[in-house]
Formats: sequence, structure tokens, C-alpha cells
Amino acid sequence: MSVHHPHLQQHQRAWLLGVALVGGFALLAVLGLGVGSTGLESVWSMWQDPVAQQIVVDIRAPRTLGAFLAGALLGLAGAVAQGLFRNPLADPFLLGSASGASLGVAIALAFFGVSPFATQWVVRLGLTGAAFIGAVAAVLLTLALARGVQHTLRLLLAGVVVGVVLGAFSSLVTLLSPDILQAMQAFMLGSTGFVGWVACSVMGAVLLPCVLLSWLLARVLDGLALGEATAITLGLPLGTLRSALIALLALATGAAVAQTGLIAFVGLAAPHLVRSVVKTTHGKLIVLSSLMGGVLLLLADILARSLIAPQELPVGVLTAVLGGTYLLWLMRRH
Amino acid sequence: MNKLVFLLLLGGLHTGLATAQTKAIQVTDDRGVVVHFSQTPQRIVSLLPSLSESVCELGQCQRLVGVDRYSNWPVSLTKLPQVGGGLDPNIEAVVALKPDVVLMATSSRASERLEALGIKVVALEPKSHADVQRVLIKVGQVLDIPEEVGAKRVWRFIDAGVSAAAQSIPAKAKGAKATTVYFEVNRAPYAAGEASFMGETLTRLGAKNIVPRSLGPFPKINPEFVVRADPDVIMVGLRNSDGMELRPGWAGMRALREKRLCVFSIEDSDVLVRPGPRMAEAARIMARCLQTKAP
Repeated sequence: MSVHHPHLQQHQRAWLLGVALVGGFALLAVLGLGVGSTGLESVWSMWQDPVAQQIVVDIRAPRTLGAFLAGALLGLAGAVAQGLFRNPLADPFLLGSASGASLGVAIALAFFGVSPFATQWVVRLGLTGAAFIGAVAAVLLTLALARGVQHTLRLLLAGVVVGVVLGAFSSLVTLLSPDILQAMQAFMLGSTGFVGWVACSVMGAVLLPCVLLSWLLARVLDGLALGEATAITLGLPLGTLRSALIALLALATGAAVAQTGLIAFVGLAAPHLVRSVVKTTHGKLIVLSSLMGGVLLLLADILARSLIAPQELPVGVLTAVLGGTYLLWLMRRH
Repeated sequence: MNKLVFLLLLGGLHTGLATAQTKAIQVTDDRGVVVHFSQTPQRIVSLLPSLSESVCELGQCQRLVGVDRYSNWPVSLTKLPQVGGGLDPNIEAVVALKPDVVLMATSSRASERLEALGIKVVALEPKSHADVQRVLIKVGQVLDIPEEVGAKRVWRFIDAGVSAAAQSIPAKAKGAKATTVYFEVNRAPYAAGEASFMGETLTRLGAKNIVPRSLGPFPKINPEFVVRADPDVIMVGLRNSDGMELRPGWAGMRALREKRLCVFSIEDSDVLVRPGPRMAEAARIMARCLQTKAP
């Protein structure tokens, strides 16, 4: 990101940033294959040793890609949320998906072992499924409370209310069965440690259409940036397009949260980091934020694996520290 | 005739298998998942301290090749590779140890991921005295130790230890005039009620828990509840003990006024909070507390 040449046009800058981020991803991906509980020796010995091969191919590779994909989903959701609500503080969890996912996980954990039938269902659904259902259900609840998508303010308020109320419910569930306390905390901190190829394909399958759709709908966000009245006079079918963007937001966030838990700050910070380098339209902003989110989370993941190897730090802690420090530095510089 | 040949063949096959020590094992874990082993597992990773302790008590400590960061007893375990915590294990560190089976709690997400990588997982979560016995039997099955010399023997030993601890309590502190006890798990405050395994031990020691079975194993209670119950003895771990008398209204409580407070060291707390084979030792620790502090 050393592209601060004054006479570079903004869209050239956008391209340069894009190339830099893709390059950064490639570099980190290679690094990601070599960093873990052991280190590079697994890569050298993977041709002879089947366990080393399994570690590189089935653990490090999907984890590396998965961290990027989860970060990309959050970055995309963050850029969409900030555009949709015209609020720089908006983040992907604004519509209550985080607390919905927590509640889903808390209920699944609490029901485990209550009866053989419940246990069987929890095992079949998995915590991943429970988190996804919780996240999507919370957004639907927010939409129901806000009576649709017409009023941004109502939507925001409903999102806050749903977030607080579902958060309280999951605290209540945790309180009633305190033996799930630690498991809940692990979910809250987020982890990329359990991402496999299946999780990667799920997140990839969600990310691709989300990027395409948001690229197509970015015009609406550009229109919205001028104010709702202007957007309407421009002839944009605001209601439908807004619903589509919210569906996209819910899906992207739900997919990321279900696979990796609550990873803070990536969705909020990624669009800001992009904007600090380049002023551009929402189409490019969303794609670049997505790349930025992916690179940020991958970087955090690699640090999380290596700092206290062979043990790990929770990646959510690192994203907050990394993203927060950089944002603070940016604020002081401007 | 055919049948006879078949039976003979089967018999031959059976002895052949037995001599090669490749008896197939099948264990149903606490998730209801049936885990098959074609051979007795030799390399074991344990991600729960009480399960590590169970493996060692069954005399198979040498089969453990990795443990979680909290497994610290027997001391020899601290020399083994640590693969993170039970809830946040480092998956590739576990895989790198090439375990035949991973023993872990049911509440961790890691089990799904490990199974997807082709590693056998037996998830067990002991929560009561009966669970400890059941889990010992399950772990014994995984290790392929005959029950009579393995799980049942260890359990008899634990059971006898708890009974002996109970007998060391003077009869006057049992029955109608039983010592009333409040066992605090942490300063939220969460209590260990009658329904918890600590509570079960206390009951066997003849003490009366102020937190009844109906409130569940580890209820979060109102501090006022403790003041009203006015227990004879308070049991608490070192990490949660300081400032207890500063809580509103607590300084006047009999147990605090008369210093009838047992503060358990960190090592003792480990013994007390793990539903595993060291339950007899836990009973001895609690009995010692009751002997010295009960009025």
C-alpha cells in the first residue's frame, strides 16, 4: 500500500490497491502453508510422510483459504452495511446476526445431553448449523420488527433491539447451564482453527454470488450516498434493491460466523482501510473491502498460529489489535 | 457338516485374532456416536484433564502421546506435548501426533473437525459420581483393559476412598445435626449444589449442602441466599476467596466471623473440580476441612 503518488488517478489507485491485495494474499497463502504447530519441515517432508501431507493439504491449506474467505465475506458485508445505512460505524453484525448466532450455539450446547433425541439432533446439526440458523433468524426477526426495509432508522433500531434481546437470551441460557460457559467463550472469540475444505467450499459458494450481486447493486449504494430522496428521483426501485442487499448482508455474515465464530472488527475496519487509500465508487469499494478483509484475517490467522506455537491465540483478539492499531494510526495521521 | 466346518473356521479365526492382539473394539460415546477400532488404540491424545487422569489410573499412562494444556496430573504428563486447550486445540498439532484416538469433552467444536480429518474421537463428559464410573468403563473399553482388573478395580478403590473419608468424620457432625456447607465455585457466585459431583461427595461425607438438588448442579445464586442459610462452613478455592467478607452483609455470617472458611490451594482446587479418578482424594480434602472447621 505504498501507492501515495499524487498524480495517480483514483481509479488507477484502485487497481493498484487491488493488485497489491491479491499479491499480498498470494504471499500470505504461501506463508500460510508453512506456518503451524511445526513449521516448514512439514512442507519439505510431505512427499514422503503421509501425516505431513495431511497437515499441509487438509489442515493448513483449507485453513489459509478459509481465513481469507471468512475475512472476505466480513469485509464485503461491512462495506455493504456502511453503504446501506450511510453510517461509517455500521458493521456486518448490525442487524443482530452475531447475537442470533451466539443464541443458536448456546441453545445447541445447552440441549446437548438433555435427552438422547435432543443430543442426536444437536450432533446432526452441528454448532455450525446452529450458528447459521441463529444468524439468519435474527436478521429475519429484525426485518419483521422493522416492518420491512423502507426505513433505515427503523431497521437500525430494530437491529440494535434484536441484538440486545437475543444477547440477553443467550446470557440467560448460559447462566442456566454454566457448564457451557467456556465453550461459549471460545465461540465468542472466534477461531479459524476448525476450517476444512467443506467449510471453504461453503464460504466460497456464498462469497462468489455475493460479490457479483453487490457489484451489480453497487449503483444503488452510490445513489443512496446522495440521500434517499435523490436516490428515488434517480428512478431506483429502492425497496427491492434494499431487500436484496440485506439478504446478501445476512447470508455473507451468517456464512462467516457459522464457520469461524464471532470475529470482531474485520467487517468494520476493512472498508475504512480501503477508503484511506482510495476514494472510489461502491462497486470497487465493495470488491476491495472484500479483498482487504480477507488479507487482514489471513494475516491475523498466521500470526495467531505462529506467535505462541504449538499453541494458538484466538484470532478474534488479533484482528481487533491489528485493525484497531492501524485505524488509530490512520486517524492520527489525518 | 458345513456348519461344523464353519464353526471350526470361526474358532480358528478367533484364536488367530486373539493372539495377534487385533481384537475389534466398539465404543459408544456420550454423543451417541459408535466408534469402531480395528485394533486396540496405542497412541492416545487426551483433551480433558479428567480423561487424562482416567487413562493413567487405568495404568496406561504410557499410551498418552499428547494432552491439553490443563492436564497436569500425574506430573509425568507435563512432559508430553501440549496441543492447546480442550476447546481451542491446535488441530494440526493433534494430527501430527498420529493418534489412534482422541479423548475429549462433548462441548468442543474440534471433534467435528478431527473426525473430518479421519481421526477417531471418543467424546466423554463426566458430570457426576455415576458418570465417573461410566466414563472409567468407557475409557477402559477404548484401552481394551478387562473391566475386572481395570475400570471396576479403579472404581472400587475410589469408592472405598470416599467411604473411608466419610468414616473419618465424627458421627455427631452427621445426620440431624449435619454440618451445613456452602461450596462456592466462583465469585459470580456460582455454587456447587447437591446435584453436582462435589455436592455428591459432600453428601457422602454426611454434610448438608445449603444449595438443594432442585436448583441444579451449579446454580448462580443470590448472595443473600447464603447469608440467610448461614452455613457452618464455607469452602472456596484460593482464586475466588479474597474479599469474601467485604461482600455486603457477609461479614456478619457465622462462618466468616468464626473463620470457619476452607480456602483450597490451586492444586487442591484442581483435584476438587475434576470429576475423575482423584475423587477419593477430593473427598479426603473436604473431610479434612470438615474435621478442622466444623463447629
